[in-house]
Amino acid sequence: MPLESNSNLIEIRGLKFSRGKREIFSGVDINIQRGKITAIMGPSGSGKTTLLRLIGGQLRPSSGTVIVDDANVHQLGHQQLYQLRKRMGMLFQSGALLTDLNVFDNVAFPLREHTRLPELLLRTLVLMKLESVGLRGARHLMPNELSGGMSRRVALARAIALDPMMVMYDEPFTGQDPISKGVLVKLIQTMNSALNHTSIIVSHDVDETASIADYIYVLSEGKIVEHGTPDALGKSQSQWVQQFMQGLPDGPVPFHFPAKQYIDDLMSGTEA
Amino acid sequence: MTGWLQQLGENGLNAFERTGRGHIFLFHVLRGIPEILLRPQLIIQQIYSVGVLSLIIILVSGLFVGMVLGLQGYTTLVDFGAEQSLGVMVALSLVRELGPVVAALLFAGRAGSALTAEIGLMKSTEQLSGMEMMAVDPIRRIITPRYIAGIISLPLLTAMFSAVGVIGGYLVGSGLLGVDEGAFWSQMQAKVDLQEDILNGVIKSIVFGAVVTWIAVFEGYDTTPTSEGVSMATTRTVVHSALAILGLDFILTALMFTDV
Ligand SMILES: Nc1ncnc2c1ncn2[C@@H]1O[C@H](COP(=O)(O)OP(=O)(O)OP(=O)(O)O)[C@@H](O)[C@H]1O
Ligand SMILES: [Mg+2]
Repeated sequence: MPLESNSNLIEIRGLKFSRGKREIFSGVDINIQRGKITAIMGPSGSGKTTLLRLIGGQLRPSSGTVIVDDANVHQLGHQQLYQLRKRMGMLFQSGALLTDLNVFDNVAFPLREHTRLPELLLRTLVLMKLESVGLRGARHLMPNELSGGMSRRVALARAIALDPMMVMYDEPFTGQDPISKGVLVKLIQTMNSALNHTSIIVSHDVDETASIADYIYVLSEGKIVEHGTPDALGKSQSQWVQQFMQGLPDGPVPFHFPAKQYIDDLMSGTEA
Repeated sequence: MTGWLQQLGENGLNAFERTGRGHIFLFHVLRGIPEILLRPQLIIQQIYSVGVLSLIIILVSGLFVGMVLGLQGYTTLVDFGAEQSLGVMVALSLVRELGPVVAALLFAGRAGSALTAEIGLMKSTEQLSGMEMMAVDPIRRIITPRYIAGIISLPLLTAMFSAVGVIGGYLVGSGLLGVDEGAFWSQMQAKVDLQEDILNGVIKSIVFGAVVTWIAVFEGYDTTPTSEGVSMATTRTVVHSALAILGLDFILTALMFTDV
């Protein structure tokens, strides 16, 4: 069995997590294979960002385990967890750039914190990362001078600055024009094959994601409702998956946050 | 009635819980000190934004407080024919009480609120969480340097406040009201004791610096990540700091200047 378990970089078993009284995950099992691109899809609010934070050890599950590279994330000490995080890159949905540093210094930040590289080498590395996201020319801009899509790309350059073993992309394509989308898709693919990265992509862009993912998990209402290769999902019999993959308005996928009956709500007076 | 009691209990528990969190937080901040001392440029940057940028308000206020002390002191002392002692009076009031207390209050309003707002905004824009995922501990990288900078800056600002205040008192007393210049300075030299007065004042300002900066960084770090949360945290920093300064001043004065 060791060979088998080793081919998974991340193994999630029986994961449960709640926010207040709302259960976000009620028993989720996921395997993420080394060197592959795995996509996590699901409607907005289904807990995809939460899942990435659980993998990164920023949130603690109420039960279940998350194993990353043979280490149980939630049983690591502070030091070990931080060592592990050096090898995980994460692209935040909001970018999360440091607003008092310019683009160059933002990308240089993890390198300066974790390495003692000479300034010249550091500059070369940062410019290479910025070049790969097409923003070498924007290195002197401050984060408040960037558009949403540009900040996301700077954040991506920063996430890969330390050449991590895996990168978690939270909505990498949102807010990108078709050209940058194409470039990003290529970039993720190249990094994955050239550097043997493991990639986890959270995205709503079904076509882009399906075109590069090796495996897809679909999340809904706290459970994995379907998983398989993109081809298999495309042929899936499940109405749910068909509706989601094709973006049809009618079907079993709930568009609404859980609420009481619409008519009752309208008739229930002034309660907020 | 029970609703009211319940609310009271809940608020009480919350307050205790927060105090506890504040202490654990302080422990984490202090634990980061050895590491940060190896990177002094981080502290120096913060001394600039915490300390140097508060300099103007401290100097101007110090000057005016000293001038008012000169005026008030003169009108009182002259009735007893003791206006020669104006220098001592001004210096002692500043060094023992007004310097540490007023400088700390100004510091809380100028630097403390800015620290809370800065850290609160970093939290609400996910910058702190982003750092965590880059394996950079935000408490050590962001909070500890600011905390040390606060503790270093306030005593220095207080010293400048008192020094400028003495000059203000001199300008009014000697320049305007005609107190003898020689008596003003020589009595001050003779009566102000290094240990008894100056050192105790310095100790006060170090304590105030530690407490005000602690409140400021904790409020920022513990803020609810919304605009309203940040604004409430900033207000709380100023209010809690002011109360803490005045309360601690009483306790410290009682310990230092009463012979029991
Ligand atoms: N800080 C929080 N406190 C309470 N509930 C939260 C918090 N953050 C998220 N939630 C809830 O957790 C659920 C999952 O949120 P999450 O951000 O993981 O969704 P998501 O799948 O990433 O959505 P999207 O695709 O819109 O980014 C949401 O229903 C949200 O209401
Ligand atoms: Mg999300």
